[in-house]
Amino acid sequence: MDTHLLSIITFIPAFAALILAVFLRGDDAAAGRNAKWLAFITTTVTFLISLFVLFDFDPSNTDFQFVDEADWLLGLKYRLGVDGISILFVMLTTFMMPLVIAASWNVEHRVKEYMIAFLLLETLMLGVFMALDLVLFYLFFEAGLIPMFLIIGIWGGKERIYASFKFFLYTFLGSVLMLVAMVAMFTEAGTTCIGGCEISLLTHNFGSESFELLGIQIVGGMQTLMFLAFFASFAVKMPMWPVHTWLPDAHVQAPTAGSVVLAAILLKMGGYGFLRFSLPMFPVGSEVMTPLILWMSAIAIVYTSLVALVQQDMKKLIAYSSVAHMGFVTMGIFAANQQGIDGAIFQMISHGFISGALFLSVGVIYDRMHTRDIDAYGGLVNRMPAYALVFMFFTMANVGLPGTSGFVGEFLTLMATFQVNTWVAAVATTGVIFSAAYALWLYRRVVMGDLIKESLKAITDMTAREKWIIAPLVAMTLILGVYPALVLDMIGPSVAALVDNYDMALEAADTAVQTADASH
Amino acid sequence: MISADLNIILPEIVLAGFALLGLLGAVYTSKDKAAGVLVWVTAVVMVLLAAWVAMSGDGTTNIAFHGMFIDDSFARFAKVAILLSAAAVLVMSESYMKLRGLLRFEYPMLVALAVVGMMMMVSAGDLMALYMGLELQSLALYVVASLRRDSVKSTEAGLKYFVLGALSSGLLLYGASLVYGYAGTTLFAGIITTAQTGGTSLGLLFGLVFLISGLAFKVSAVPFHMWTPDVYEGAPTPIAAFFATAPKVAAMGLFARVMHDAFGQIVSDWSQIVALLSVLSMFFGSVAAIGQTNIKRLMAFSSIAHMGYALMGLAAGTAFGVQAMLVYMAIYVTMNLGTFAFILLMQKDGAPVTDITLLNMYAKTNPGRALAMLVLLFSLAGVPPMLGFFGKFYVLRAAYEANMAWLAVAGVIASVIGAYYYLRIVFYMYFGEERSDTLDHQNGGVLTVVLMASAVIMIVGIANMFGVEGMAASAAASLVN
Repeated sequence: MDTHLLSIITFIPAFAALILAVFLRGDDAAAGRNAKWLAFITTTVTFLISLFVLFDFDPSNTDFQFVDEADWLLGLKYRLGVDGISILFVMLTTFMMPLVIAASWNVEHRVKEYMIAFLLLETLMLGVFMALDLVLFYLFFEAGLIPMFLIIGIWGGKERIYASFKFFLYTFLGSVLMLVAMVAMFTEAGTTCIGGCEISLLTHNFGSESFELLGIQIVGGMQTLMFLAFFASFAVKMPMWPVHTWLPDAHVQAPTAGSVVLAAILLKMGGYGFLRFSLPMFPVGSEVMTPLILWMSAIAIVYTSLVALVQQDMKKLIAYSSVAHMGFVTMGIFAANQQGIDGAIFQMISHGFISGALFLSVGVIYDRMHTRDIDAYGGLVNRMPAYALVFMFFTMANVGLPGTSGFVGEFLTLMATFQVNTWVAAVATTGVIFSAAYALWLYRRVVMGDLIKESLKAITDMTAREKWIIAPLVAMTLILGVYPALVLDMIGPSVAALVDNYDMALEAADTAVQTADASH
Repeated sequence: MISADLNIILPEIVLAGFALLGLLGAVYTSKDKAAGVLVWVTAVVMVLLAAWVAMSGDGTTNIAFHGMFIDDSFARFAKVAILLSAAAVLVMSESYMKLRGLLRFEYPMLVALAVVGMMMMVSAGDLMALYMGLELQSLALYVVASLRRDSVKSTEAGLKYFVLGALSSGLLLYGASLVYGYAGTTLFAGIITTAQTGGTSLGLLFGLVFLISGLAFKVSAVPFHMWTPDVYEGAPTPIAAFFATAPKVAAMGLFARVMHDAFGQIVSDWSQIVALLSVLSMFFGSVAAIGQTNIKRLMAFSSIAHMGYALMGLAAGTAFGVQAMLVYMAIYVTMNLGTFAFILLMQKDGAPVTDITLLNMYAKTNPGRALAMLVLLFSLAGVPPMLGFFGKFYVLRAAYEANMAWLAVAGVIASVIGAYYYLRIVFYMYFGEERSDTLDHQNGGVLTVVLMASAVIMIVGIANMFGVEGMAASAAASLVN
């Protein structure tokens, strides 16, 4: 299928950003309004066009679809495409962006630049999920740091400078190691094509013979080293314990819309990277590291849930809960069976809606009171009944109440992990209880009780705009919670192919090791 | 025979003749009054020469004066880069220098003579020719460094540069004499046969090390970098811009020329040394720049770090390594021209300033230039999607393919450290506190054009690099065989 649909979707936002940068003059309210409308219309149109991709997508076909290809520098290729694993991330991105723009409607400070940054960010995020060339992927992956750095640094809170530098340097350090591994892969395989070419990285067999480096025996050889280099990048991006510390800072300081993008989309790049690169390209390396990663995930779930319990800042609390939920994702991915990966993808999509909605909910009261301190609130239900309802719904979804999408992902990943490593699953399950504890406690402290604080007496309920932004998220959370097959049917065949290839590669490596042993 | 030889070095002769005529003309006529025009004329001559050099040759290798002078694709690539960047610096400096009474007619002439020296350097096929080109370049540069005669700092810069430069020339000459003693010839072609047939004698290796030290001084690689920050800071800004661009290309070109043409058979003997220079430069340049608030000093350390990356390509010792180095240098020069155009635009109440804290909220007062600078800074830091990233990608790949994965890892870690100080400028421009004493908002003219063009190239260039990649490939192929 020769089509430029994906390129069009990817670059519409960037094109709009260019128009804003070049043609929109002035700094007054009118210019700001124009910028907002243009950004909103652009992101909406992008979403509508991406629906074509969704409806034309054939889930039973596990190859890359809608491939768009052109030659590029250095024998690289400009190559975009989607398969069952990436399509839903593309949809998540295009779906969330109009909501993010709408949530920024009351930004007054340098509106034009703000919209440009978000539009560019959308292009770059879409590019990450669609890129089928290693270097192109890296390009989009890294470039996303720039607008996010500016968003946190310019429109963030008090500690924004510290947070923006920490965000940038942390993630940059992780990614440059991945760059070296990419150079290594390019040299070993002679191609940067991820999948669907004559020689592609997904089918290339990277060396897995153990060797010694600086006196250390490297089990799994090249694959383990490359896995670790990619891991350095994705684990920071995910973020996994113990390299998660940038996330709470970045979340707290970012403006509401920035937090939503960060939680709903940017965090998914790590998980997507594991599924696209680590697992299929370095199966032996992955297997070597699996026990470590499973335990890291379990620790992340329990530890960050406990940390979340003692937070005074609402955004920080939700940020830590995000880390815990990402722990389920990594656990599911490295369980490396059908339920695990299905669950991980499902969890990522659902977390996109739920955490996005939670940050929006915090944004609603932050806009009114200009504080995120939990103690400053209490008894909001008396003045804000609609808000109390919405916030409760997403609190429950965050806990993983059956009937919401949060339940499906957690259940699938726990079930998958139970088959692989019972102890990890047992430890992780306690995290579910902790998450109920911190989430419900947060809800009680903010919404329940009597409205005694003077400052809250005049607070108003959600406006129509805020309701309209939240409504689609409520709908998606419910629909996916009641009928998860919508997602699972979409990703099933691709995930099955991924799992099959993974198992086959491991068997082949085992046989190779046995024959090598026999010949000694 | 001799006329054929002269034909080959015709571009150099034309430029040298032009410089001499210019000197003569200016002495007998209007002196400094016509300097502005002379700057533009020199720039135009250089651009025309660049076009001529680029068109001529068709990938052939011409050798003149029994191997003293080599005109191959590699030399042509370097010459075009040198000529274009020198022309760009000249047009950038015109208004700045006129405003401050620095615009003397010697300035364009000295730059032209320095460029002749640089063209000689990249074409050198013999140790004598090498030295001749190097000294012609250096002597002209010593003088332009202290062009602001009544400024202590500028004079100090010129003197420092001269003393240390003389020392490095001494090292280089000593190395050259050792090489001559053990190889029996000063011709690169002769040295390479000796190294190939007679093995590597200790004396030849000693000579090689001294040669490398002298060359490392010229590219300002650590530990021969000490002069760079002081000279950049002391010299008038347009001169610093010149130092950061054309001479660096020439010196890297000469470095590659000597290493491959004269010692191409004993790559393993020098690649470790070059790799060490590269690592030291990358780390030192990145770490030392963190504490700088003077943007010129900062750019000096940044150029040291960038030379480290370019040397990484050279350390690989392969044709691809040379190609990567050339691509890196081309990108580096383009970025630096834009950055220095920005620095030249920084002024307050008519006086040039270099303190980066004065850039506070520059994005508010001057969004267009701030955005261009933002692009350049991220490009300098090697963050995709800017072109600067591709420069790094090339050299990393060259290093990895030459089994120097450790060098590649060191390079990317240094780039993270380096990112910090580039981000600091972004921080001042975009996140800083609002302040009342903002920088002047003057019409930059040529400077704005250069700044914008450079930023646009950094983004648009990722499509196909304007064909530089292919040219660099054929240039590298002509050097390494």
